[in-house]
Amino acid sequence: MTEQTHVDGNALGGLLLDVFGREMTDQSGCCGECGAVSAFGSMIAFRDAPGDVMRCPACGTVLAVVVLLPTGLRVTFESIRWIEVRDV
Amino acid sequence: MEGAAIQRRLTWLVAEVVGLIEETPNVRSVVLTCPGWTGHLPGQHIDLRLTAPDGYQAQRSYSIATPVDGERVTITVELVEDGEVSPFLVDELRVGDRLELRGPIGGYFVWEPGRGDRLQLVAGGSGIVPLMAMIRARVLADGDEPVRLIVSARSLEHVIFRDELADLATRADGIEVVTTLTRRQPPDWKGLSRRVDREMLEELSWAAGDDPICYVCGPTGFVEVVASTLVDLGHAPKRIRTERFGPTGG
Repeated sequence: MTEQTHVDGNALGGLLLDVFGREMTDQSGCCGECGAVSAFGSMIAFRDAPGDVMRCPACGTVLAVVVLLPTGLRVTFESIRWIEVRDV
Repeated sequence: MEGAAIQRRLTWLVAEVVGLIEETPNVRSVVLTCPGWTGHLPGQHIDLRLTAPDGYQAQRSYSIATPVDGERVTITVELVEDGEVSPFLVDELRVGDRLELRGPIGGYFVWEPGRGDRLQLVAGGSGIVPLMAMIRARVLADGDEPVRLIVSARSLEHVIFRDELADLATRADGIEVVTTLTRRQPPDWKGLSRRVDREMLEELSWAAGDDPICYVCGPTGFVEVVASTLVDLGHAPKRIRTERFGPTGG
């Protein structure tokens, strides 16, 4: 088994709360590259890069990068076509 | 989606250590009381923040091991040898110490009793922790969801919650527990002694036709193998929830 370093978007739940001000792991986003729709909690997350990288679980495209700054944080949406937030 | 227990905004809270439980030689449960805690669902986690005297901060996520219990929150932490935070939690932390945490976090890898689904749980090492919160909630609620749990650990002494799992396995109230020991087995071991594989899942987990909801938690490699095998066996990807710990676990 090769060593794999990614985790799930679940692990970024706290960070996503900082960005969106609400629980996001059960909400979904659409990959701008392949169109796959996935829950934030099921996205592939790399936490050992400089910043947290979220990739599409279907095609591996980088969807977003979160970088911690001394003053807070910055999110780069590399390839998210849309985000859907459901209240029910 | 999960009801009132999923919080929409979070602030850092100060919790006090009220109990420490040595679970295995390298795993410890930390029982906290956290004024302001609003409750949680099985499967959710907390972010924990440590601040050094020079202001340096380190933040980690830990699964909650127990169902909601007022302001009491228990996390179960595995020592990561070269880690920044877990050596402190496992070796240094004392009752009466204070920790900063926020939560609950997570609306995806969660389960609560009363949904009626058959539940298939597969744990690698400390991946048992959030799954144990689900099982404990099911027991506490006197639920009737049929549960099957497969636990993979290096050796018997590495099985977290070993006595509690053994007790559950003998109670015959709809919770089936199977343990596999991958590296070392006691001389009288009659259980499984290999990594979780297709044959094991085919034989011991709910069939895809039973439409169980599956929760798989453990080191990344473990979760990859189990989740992809479940898909191969016909389980719908939507019915498989995963939580990966990364390369080392914990």
